[in-house]
Amino acid sequence: MRHLIKQREIIVDPWRYADEDPLGRERALILPLERWREERERWWLWDGRLGVRIGPADPVAELEQDFLRVSLVAIEFGGIAEGRGYTQAQLLRKRHKFTGELRAVGSIQRDQLFYMARCGFDAFELPEGADLQGALTAFDDFTVAYQGAVDCAVAPQRRAFG
Amino acid sequence: MYQYDAIDQRLVNERVAQFRDQTRRFLAGEISEDDFKSLRLRNGLYIQRHAPMLRISVPYGLLATRQLRMLARIAREYDRGYGHFTTRQNMQFNWPQLERVPDILELLATVQMHSIQTSGNCVRNVTADHLAGVAPDELEDPRPWCEYIRQWATLHPEFSYLPRKFKIAVTGSAQDRAASRVHDIGLHLVRNAAGEVGFEVLVGGGLGRTPMVGHVIREFLPKQDLLAYLEAILRVYNLEGRRDNIHKARIKILVKAVGPQKFRELVEAEFEASRAHAPVFEPADIERIAAFFRPPPYERLADQDVLAGKPSEFRNWVQRNTRRHKAPGYRAVFVSLKAPERPPGDITAEEMDRVADLADRYSFGYVRSTHDQNLLLADVRQRDLYDVWLALREIGLATANIGTLTDMICCPGLDFCALANATSIPIARQINERFDDLDYLYDLGDIELKMSGCMNGCGHHSVGHIGILGVDKNGEEWYQITLGGSSSGRDAAIGQVIGPSVPHAEVALVVERILDVYLAEREEGERFIDTVRRIGVAPFKARVYAPSHKAA
Repeated sequence: MRHLIKQREIIVDPWRYADEDPLGRERALILPLERWREERERWWLWDGRLGVRIGPADPVAELEQDFLRVSLVAIEFGGIAEGRGYTQAQLLRKRHKFTGELRAVGSIQRDQLFYMARCGFDAFELPEGADLQGALTAFDDFTVAYQGAVDCAVAPQRRAFG
Repeated sequence: MYQYDAIDQRLVNERVAQFRDQTRRFLAGEISEDDFKSLRLRNGLYIQRHAPMLRISVPYGLLATRQLRMLARIAREYDRGYGHFTTRQNMQFNWPQLERVPDILELLATVQMHSIQTSGNCVRNVTADHLAGVAPDELEDPRPWCEYIRQWATLHPEFSYLPRKFKIAVTGSAQDRAASRVHDIGLHLVRNAAGEVGFEVLVGGGLGRTPMVGHVIREFLPKQDLLAYLEAILRVYNLEGRRDNIHKARIKILVKAVGPQKFRELVEAEFEASRAHAPVFEPADIERIAAFFRPPPYERLADQDVLAGKPSEFRNWVQRNTRRHKAPGYRAVFVSLKAPERPPGDITAEEMDRVADLADRYSFGYVRSTHDQNLLLADVRQRDLYDVWLALREIGLATANIGTLTDMICCPGLDFCALANATSIPIARQINERFDDLDYLYDLGDIELKMSGCMNGCGHHSVGHIGILGVDKNGEEWYQITLGGSSSGRDAAIGQVIGPSVPHAEVALVVERILDVYLAEREEGERFIDTVRRIGVAPFKARVYAPSHKAA
């Protein structure tokens, strides 16, 4: 059983990755982008919820056509220095109007959550053993901001700059 | 200067609390060394050779005297009684204790200061012309735009984990005193044919191990598009910049790899695509900020002859260390941190207090730091110049060498820095010892000598008229010499290596040989850099490596 933070609450993850549940028994399956590209037709009519997991170098624009079917996008972070996911998330939310679950996964830690939430992530799958309770406070690290942002989870008071 | 409102103050206070908690978790073993590194760097905290080093942000080099006095207090109570001004106009302390850094940040917050984003792979302190607002050749004061960009870039959610550090400089004068052409982004306030003021945008300049001069990617950007355009540049960079090799991660490498023309197209396309969601320009935002930068209440004065009947030492100082001012009857006064015995840019707590006193008395309570590692009293009445000179001379800050050979830019080097290959401060001392005759320096005129202890180039050696770069050869310190670099205006260029590096003991001698060639070859009134450009490096090379001289 995997726990994660979803919209500032700790929940049990109802989703499974393809390697955890190859047959999709749980009816909520996250496919790697490669497989989604190859098996799109096959999964489209499948009776279950679908998510796609993308890496930092993957373009996000192509997913826009799939949002009727794909209700979760998981974006991988390879380490704290990896910053492409922030832009990917921002683009998915603002430019491509994705309204499903946007999940940060991989080597992420509490001190990034504030930024990630501001870019539109609403789900955070921290590495196993991470202190999720402690991480919940990270969304309140700042109560003010200078930038407009997507902000599903937090809406700090901000000054300007759209 | 800009004054924090409740939102600005709250953000800085919350940052202090956040870092206090991060430090606590690190000391309790809850954060790994590596993860903490990324967090502390964002607060300007390095772990150095001897101790941590803390870099404090001085936005576009402007300090109120209460802030300078706070820096003096921190130097006294948390360091060894001195600090160091950097080429990003910031202040560095070399001996703080890690556990006490949160307390330092808390003190800084009480005077509207912080160390946010003074390091790390994010947008760094935005720098400006140190003569902003007072230079007669200025089109418009760049500082309101610097503050506008500073706020936008502070904790920017999308651009806080860039491939590499990111430096922006803004200038409002054609004579670029902010080295903007060797920044990741250089912004020049310019007027277009229709008479409107906007920005010329340059991208892809930078120093370090692959020094490059930036390329113009937009000749005229309307002011209202500034943040939207910066976001477009940063978004392209964030997605496309290399992350596999730290030495190839700066935006200049990306611009070079795809070509400036293609890079421009990428940015313009992103700019168009993100129009609907880009930051919204509200004139009120920039007007609110600009109101803080209105000229101080100058007296109505006339220019006067300040030299008559004064000692020649004073005249030299006025000539070298003061500059023309927009307001009649005023001069801008450099406080030289380049006295021969002083490591360039260093200043003691006592001196900070004394300079603050002078600024209160003579310059509306403000002090500026320059990217050449000096200080500036920007608004001194000409009739006060003599008193200011006497006071500065008393504390050893009136060395009349601004713009001369001994007004060197110099990084802390191997004495302090964990990255350095070689020392730089002892070389500065060596040069000062050899060139201690002011008349000789005045005869040489304007020369920019810049020195770095390693190829990261904090001392900007690649854009020095004379550049000195420390290299390590089997554990010995050697120095590579470049000629013809420049960071200013359309003149900006990367210096050319003249030949094999020279040993530590011979650096000043080599500089002297270079100067001999200049003195022999120069035409009437010709500056050093112009002679180098006219005759090329060959004659210099020939002299430096003449058979009588042993060079490796």
